[in-house]
Amino acid sequence: MTEIGLGHYLTLGAIIFSIGIIGIFLNRKNIIVILMSIELILLAVNINLVAFSIFLGDLTGQVFTLFILTVAAAEAAIGLAIIVVYYRNSGTIRVEQIDELKG
Amino acid sequence: MIAHSIFFYTFSIIAIISAIMVTTSKNTVHSVFFLILDFISISCLFIMIGAEFLGMIMLIVYVGAVAVLFLFVVMMLNVAQQKNQWFSSEDSSKHIPVGLIISTLIFVELIIVIGGWKYKPDLFDINNSVELSKVSNTHSLGQVLYTDYIHVFQISGMILLVAMIGAIVLTFRKRTGVKTQSYLKQISRERSEGVSVLNVESNKGVKIDD
Repeated sequence: MTEIGLGHYLTLGAIIFSIGIIGIFLNRKNIIVILMSIELILLAVNINLVAFSIFLGDLTGQVFTLFILTVAAAEAAIGLAIIVVYYRNSGTIRVEQIDELKG
Repeated sequence: MIAHSIFFYTFSIIAIISAIMVTTSKNTVHSVFFLILDFISISCLFIMIGAEFLGMIMLIVYVGAVAVLFLFVVMMLNVAQQKNQWFSSEDSSKHIPVGLIISTLIFVELIIVIGGWKYKPDLFDINNSVELSKVSNTHSLGQVLYTDYIHVFQISGMILLVAMIGAIVLTFRKRTGVKTQSYLKQISRERSEGVSVLNVESNKGVKIDD
């Protein structure tokens, strides 16, 4: 095993990011799993920022990870509130049935 | 250093497997649990490479708040046991190749960027880890966060406030037919309309209007 460097963490971040993208496209079940995939993508970004911050010795990456954490929490709260309201109005949150805008 | 490698590979393999399980698991509750496992292993990685504060904050914020919020909504909406049919439905199966192609392309691009990127030769020499090791991670993060980034910090607090108000406004509904206290009515009640003296004749009742 070679020494764990910056590239290992960036590769881990890339893998989790790609899994999050797959999750957004693959999922036809309900919208909550899509929100979870978005959380995975934000997590991958956080991994990248923290790895750069540690390996380059600059604290700015960790500060911005903190702010990304804040925004992710706010986004999850708002998204879940929208899902609850939609479920109350239409009775379903299946992705293929949410087509009222005909997009 | 060998322990570092072992821990890195253990936690990252757990994180990748649980991320795959988040997207493919049939039961949504299981997806939320795998999301929690993913966050826990990533925060272990953060703690391992020296970002203790962020690892702990990720445990608190994600596992303690966001994942529980997800779990709460999944259980409240009663959608956990919906049949998973992204392989049988012909309408949805055309999304799968597109998604696989796009995510594979993004992954290949990221790997090309990571592998082909050459650092400046003196980039790792200006590592100020000596300065970082004198104070703890939390201490140095606090010193930066409350001085250089104070405005951004306050704006993030504002974002949380707006998100809280938005969530309350979105999910608030006025129910009809619920009996509530009317404080104004209670306070503005006077003696003249509450108590009345009646002259009751004997052998006859009194009719009280209400």
